[in-house]
Amino acid sequence: MNSTHSIYIYILVMAVTTYLIRVLPLVLIRKEIKNEILRSFLYYVPYAALAAMTFPAILYATSGMISALFGFITAVILSYKEKSLFTVALSACGVVFIVERIMDYIS
Amino acid sequence: MKYNNGSVLEFKKGMKDGIPIALGYLAVSFTFGIEAFRGGLPPLLSAVISVTNVTSAGQFAALSVIAANGSYFEMFLTQFVINLRYMLMSFSLSQKFDDRATVPKRLLAGFGITDEIFGIGAAREGKVDPAYIYGAMAVAIPGWTVGTFFGSLSGDILPAMIVSALGVAIYGMFLAIIIPPAKHNKAVMTVVILAMVLSSAFYYLPYLNKVSSGFTIIIVTVLVSLIAALIHPVREEEHEQHA
Repeated sequence: MNSTHSIYIYILVMAVTTYLIRVLPLVLIRKEIKNEILRSFLYYVPYAALAAMTFPAILYATSGMISALFGFITAVILSYKEKSLFTVALSACGVVFIVERIMDYIS
Repeated sequence: MKYNNGSVLEFKKGMKDGIPIALGYLAVSFTFGIEAFRGGLPPLLSAVISVTNVTSAGQFAALSVIAANGSYFEMFLTQFVINLRYMLMSFSLSQKFDDRATVPKRLLAGFGITDEIFGIGAAREGKVDPAYIYGAMAVAIPGWTVGTFFGSLSGDILPAMIVSALGVAIYGMFLAIIIPPAKHNKAVMTVVILAMVLSSAFYYLPYLNKVSSGFTIIIVTVLVSLIAALIHPVREEEHEQHA
């Protein structure tokens, strides 16, 4: 590294910034929010955030889009059947692995 | 009043739910370790970054700042923009805690608000015991850190085919969190589908795809949640039932 900046200060800046972002609302907002619209908003936030993070990112999470698509479909089906987090996550990984081996074999 | 099971059991439950997170982290942090090593960081320092930050997109972005010899302010701004979504998550999670979650407990649990730990915390019924979050942190953060270290030490330990397969673990988990409630609640289903469609728009459409992934998540989350809250506000009883 040809840097005039200290790596330790970089790490400190990163860590403190990220920590404050995470901890401030949790510490400052200790009351139950009564406003119905705001409550409802916060109720929907996890679903919206996790959905937005999952798709389309999942399609680019493996070494190819075809295996990723199979992993995605597997996860959707097993989630719909209300299988556990662990089962869904590992089954999706397993399917990706198998599809990639089959594709290796074909090509 | 006790939480669902008492704190020891909640901690154990958190550890169990932390396992798929740790597996997913292994794959991502492994890649981070390799990148960090290429950028000239020694393995131990990469591991320090991971254990102090525990944020994938933020850490990858930091590597670019470091490589470009950027200013400390630039580092702050990059982290702020990419990780601002945690503020929204923390805000949402603040409503899952009650008086029993004292300030010191919140200071500790807050460190563990990653996309994934937030996800499993938000998915719990009723109020969340911070011990549950600690349990997940106790499994997930070592996974993140050890993966970084070994990725940096030697990119060959974990074969590429395993890394590729583990790549979907976190997303599989996210789906397992959001789909079951969506099945039982039309408004949640609409939120999930709308959020996926919008985030795809931000990924594929010209101009919109210039928006960074961190901001995309914030914009989509705020927009979709706000629309849902206005059109279909959740009544108190209903909230307790589904939250």
